Amino acid sequence: MSRLNINTKLVRRMLVGFLQDEIWKVGAKKAVLGLSGGIDSALVCHLAAEALGPENVHAICMPYKTSNPESEAHARLVAEASGVQFSVVGITPMVDAYFDQFPDANNMRRGNKMARERMTILFDHSALYGGLVLGTSNKTELLLGYGTLYGDMASALNPIGDLYKTQVWQLSEEVGVPKPVIEKKPSADLWAGQTDEEELGFTYREVDELLYRMVDQRADTDELVAAGFKQEFVSSIYGKVQNSHFKRRLPVIAKVSGRTIDRDFRYSRDWGK
Amino acid sequence: MDFSVALLQIKPKLGRVADNLALIQEQVEQAIAQKADLAVLPELALTGYFLKDLVPEVALTLDSPEIAALQELSKRISIAVGFVEVTADFQFYNSAAWFEAGELKHLHRKVYLPTYGLFDEQRYLGRGDRFRAFDTKFGRIGLLVCEDMWHLSAPYLLAMDGATTLVCLSSSPGRGVDDQALGTATAWRNLTTATARFLTCRVIYVNRVGYEDGVGFWGGSHVVAPSGEVVAAAPEFDSATLLASLTDAELRRERISSPLVRDENICITLRELSRIDQERSC
Repeated sequence: MSRLNINTKLVRRMLVGFLQDEIWKVGAKKAVLGLSGGIDSALVCHLAAEALGPENVHAICMPYKTSNPESEAHARLVAEASGVQFSVVGITPMVDAYFDQFPDANNMRRGNKMARERMTILFDHSALYGGLVLGTSNKTELLLGYGTLYGDMASALNPIGDLYKTQVWQLSEEVGVPKPVIEKKPSADLWAGQTDEEELGFTYREVDELLYRMVDQRADTDELVAAGFKQEFVSSIYGKVQNSHFKRRLPVIAKVSGRTIDRDFRYSRDWGK
Repeated sequence: MDFSVALLQIKPKLGRVADNLALIQEQVEQAIAQKADLAVLPELALTGYFLKDLVPEVALTLDSPEIAALQELSKRISIAVGFVEVTADFQFYNSAAWFEAGELKHLHRKVYLPTYGLFDEQRYLGRGDRFRAFDTKFGRIGLLVCEDMWHLSAPYLLAMDGATTLVCLSSSPGRGVDDQALGTATAWRNLTTATARFLTCRVIYVNRVGYEDGVGFWGGSHVVAPSGEVVAAAPEFDSATLLASLTDAELRRERISSPLVRDENICITLRELSRIDQERSC
C-alpha cells in the first residue's frame, strides 16, 4: 500500500480544527473561496462548511467566456451539497477590457490575468463579508509551481496545502464531495479540453509518488532511480520544484539594517492570537 | 501518599501572558473545586510555543507578579507550569516551575532544546544544565519539559535520584497521518509507557492543544501507571481537564514485582560512561 494513503478521518479533524482555530482567533467567523468546479476548491468548500457552518462560507464561481459550462454546473453541485452561500461573478468584461489593449497576449498571460482577476474579487468579497480568503492549492501544484503567483496561490489560510493531489482525492471521498467532481479529469479550465495531466506530461499519481519520496522522505536520486523512477523524470521534477521556489516565498528584501523583516525580525503570523 | 491530579490541557494564546495567566488561574480554580491535589499545565502554558523573537517580550523573572500569583494560588493546590524565564543576567530559558504551599519548590530549565525540522528553540533560548528530583507532598518528583523526555538519560537520572513520579510538560505538534493513530501520538505513548515500565515510575504527560501558524498541538494528555499501563487519557485536539487518582499501593506493588530500580547498578553506568567520555575526548 502506498505511503501516500492517509487516515482521512484524522486529517478531516485536523483540517476542520485548523480552520476553526485560525479563523475564530482573529475575530472572524466567515470564509470566502473561489469555487472552480474542480476537486481542490470543492474539498476546501466542504471542510469550511463543516468548520464554520455553511451559512458562514461564501463560495464564488468566477467563469470566463471560454470556461467549460460544466465547471459552473459542478460548482453549483458542490455549493448545494455543502450548503454554502453561492454566487457567480463573471470575469469576461474585466479580462477582455484589458486584453483589448494587448490582443497578441499568449495563453499563459491570459491564464495568469484570469487567476489574478479572480484573486481581486475574492479579496474584495473578503472585505464585503468580513471573511478570510481560503486557499485551494494542493501540495503537488505548490511544489511544481503549477499556479499563478498572487493569483490562485494568494490566500489567508490554506487547509490543503500539505496534501498531495492523490490525498485530495482520498479526503474528498471522506467529506462527501459529489462524485462527478471527484471523478473528472483535473483541469485549469483556461481553454476547452485542457487537462492538467496532458499539460504537465505526467499523471498526478506518478508525480505524487515521486514527490512524496523526494520531499517527505528526502530520498536522493540514486535511491529514487533504484525505486524505479526514470533519471530524466527525477531531474525534471527536481528542476520544477527548484525553479518555482520563488513562488513559495515572500518577495526578497535587500538587507541594509540590523533587523530585516523575515530574516532577523521573526515572529509567527499568529503573534498575539 | 495517594493523590488526585488534574491535567489541564489548555490552548494558550501566542504571546498573551495576561490572557494565559487568567486562563490558567480559572482552570486551576476548577481543579481545586474538583478536589484535585495537583494541577499540571503544558510547556510554555503562559506564553504559547512558536515565540521566536517574542521570547524576551514574554519572559518572566521569578519575582514577577505573574509568578507571585501562581505561587499564591499554590497554597490551595500544587501547580506545575511552563513559562519563559529570564534571569538577572538576561538569559532566557524554557522553564517549568513547581509551586507548592505558597513556595516555588523546584525550577527545571529545559535541557534538550529541539533545533531541527519544525523546531528552532536553541536559536532563542538558553539550555538548562541539570536534572534534579525533588520532594513534594506526593513523594519525590522529576520534572521534564517535552524533548527532555526523548533523551533516555533524563528520566533515568531523575529515577536514580529517587523520583517515583515523572511529570512531563509538553507542546507537541501533531504530524504523521498515514496510520490508524496520529504519528506523534503513537510515538509519545510508546515513549511514556516504556519509560514508566523501565523505571517503574508513574508518568504524567500534559500536552497543549490549539493551532499556531497551521501547526496543530494534539493534546492527548495522559497518566501512565508504573506498570506501563495508560490509566487515564484526555481527548486529542480539544481542550480538556483530565482527573486521575494515583495511589501508593500501585507503586508499591510494581516496585515489589519489578525491582528494576533497586537492581540498577549506577556504578557500572558511571564507570562505563567515564570510559566512553575518556575515549571520546582522546
